Amino acid sequence: MTQWIDACATDEIDEEDLIRFDHGAQTFAIYHSPEGDFYATAGLCSHENVHLCDGLVMGHLIECPKHNGQFDYRTGEAKRAPVCVNLRTFPVKVEGGRVFIEVA
Amino acid sequence: MEREFYLGAITEDTMTRRNYSLLGPDGARAVETGLAAAEWYHTEVPRKVMKDLMKRSDAPAIRDTIILYGCMILFAGLGIALWPSWWSAPFWLAYGVLYGSAMDSRWHECGHGTAFKTPWMNTVVYEIASLMMMRNSATWRWSHARHHTDTYIVGRDPEIAVMRPPVLFKLIGNFFGIFDAWAALSRMAYNAFLGVHPEEKTFVPQSEWPKVVKVARIYVLIYAATITLAIWMHSILPLMVIGLPRLYGAWHHVMTGLLQHGGLADNVTDHRLNSRTVYMNPISRFIYWNMNYHVEHHMFPMVPYHALPRLHETIRHDLPAPNRSIGAGFAEMWPALIRQLRYEDFFIKRELPATAKPYREEFHAEAPVGGTVAA
Repeated sequence: MTQWIDACATDEIDEEDLIRFDHGAQTFAIYHSPEGDFYATAGLCSHENVHLCDGLVMGHLIECPKHNGQFDYRTGEAKRAPVCVNLRTFPVKVEGGRVFIEVA
Repeated sequence: MEREFYLGAITEDTMTRRNYSLLGPDGARAVETGLAAAEWYHTEVPRKVMKDLMKRSDAPAIRDTIILYGCMILFAGLGIALWPSWWSAPFWLAYGVLYGSAMDSRWHECGHGTAFKTPWMNTVVYEIASLMMMRNSATWRWSHARHHTDTYIVGRDPEIAVMRPPVLFKLIGNFFGIFDAWAALSRMAYNAFLGVHPEEKTFVPQSEWPKVVKVARIYVLIYAATITLAIWMHSILPLMVIGLPRLYGAWHHVMTGLLQHGGLADNVTDHRLNSRTVYMNPISRFIYWNMNYHVEHHMFPMVPYHALPRLHETIRHDLPAPNRSIGAGFAEMWPALIRQLRYEDFFIKRELPATAKPYREEFHAEAPVGGTVAA
């Protein structure tokens, strides 16, 4: 069963940046794109267990802070070695200035 | 500045014997104990400051690359024009150090993808530098990722330059690329004709193995063509341009590379314990692309080379004092390497400033202090 979780306020994330959001045992990364849209992915890099929240957002790419692997955070697609496995993504909606993510 | 020297085991009978094989017991133990792929210490840096430091730009690397390749073409051209006169020697020496040493730092920084903002520029320079350094561009991307995951973790890090006990004649021979180049050529032939080496299989994903073989075969073709040309011309001149500079120009990258971690701790999870920052002259910093700020680079590999001096100023309150020069770095490191010949658990521990957070040294808890000296 899925549920929408209130993750943060829209103004908590700068444009072209991300924050970490923990819910239960899960950790997520929530992104604010240059166009003003919001996205959510798994919070840990699929290469090694490194939190992506310390990484760099460049356009629609998130670069892992440890090994410089890159993902397209809109689709989770692995774009640059050493990452090979895509990142899991989660549906996002914005209501009343809050960002919600849908989790299982 | 205070330098403490630590001795983990007092007698040779009880001394730890390290096994650096990636297939050996030390690596397996590091995985079992959680030392491998551990969470490392980081100095706290405000997010806005770090974002500014991580910002990518093409301009500095384009400028430096034009200067670098421009100088290489100029020096090689003068070397060829004056060949075989001894008047060509200074130009070969200058060309060689740009080929055999500056290409090491270009390989490194472009492998991280931080030198240029534009990805294809990183890729082009990375591939050229890999060929010149005789490093398989497919394998070494993964090897360096492991070096950052498990920096100087014995049995895990494939890029440990100074193993314990140090083999001094190899360290000295590598100032002229002798053992490094031989190992690189042997591995190139192995990859080209036999496939991926078992040790490489521990850090290169299977999906990349065909690429490793393909790259090795391309390198073999290029070097074979150069040797064939030299034989046809009855002259080593083609090899002076391609191949030999990896030997006669290696000294600078070995000199700076040894300082990165030499004589410091292994099997720890705090880069302040196992990496060294050294202030260097501007020419060496150009050749080395600011990797003299090595603690900073390991702690924050996302920060491009041109921002490392700013990063150093930002976090220096939390780091041991840097060595003041290359000479000072060697004066600290070399005696430690000599001590490690008899006591391989011996290492240098630098004093932290009062403003720093204490070292993370849970993996060193059993090591008694051997003594303290002023360096």
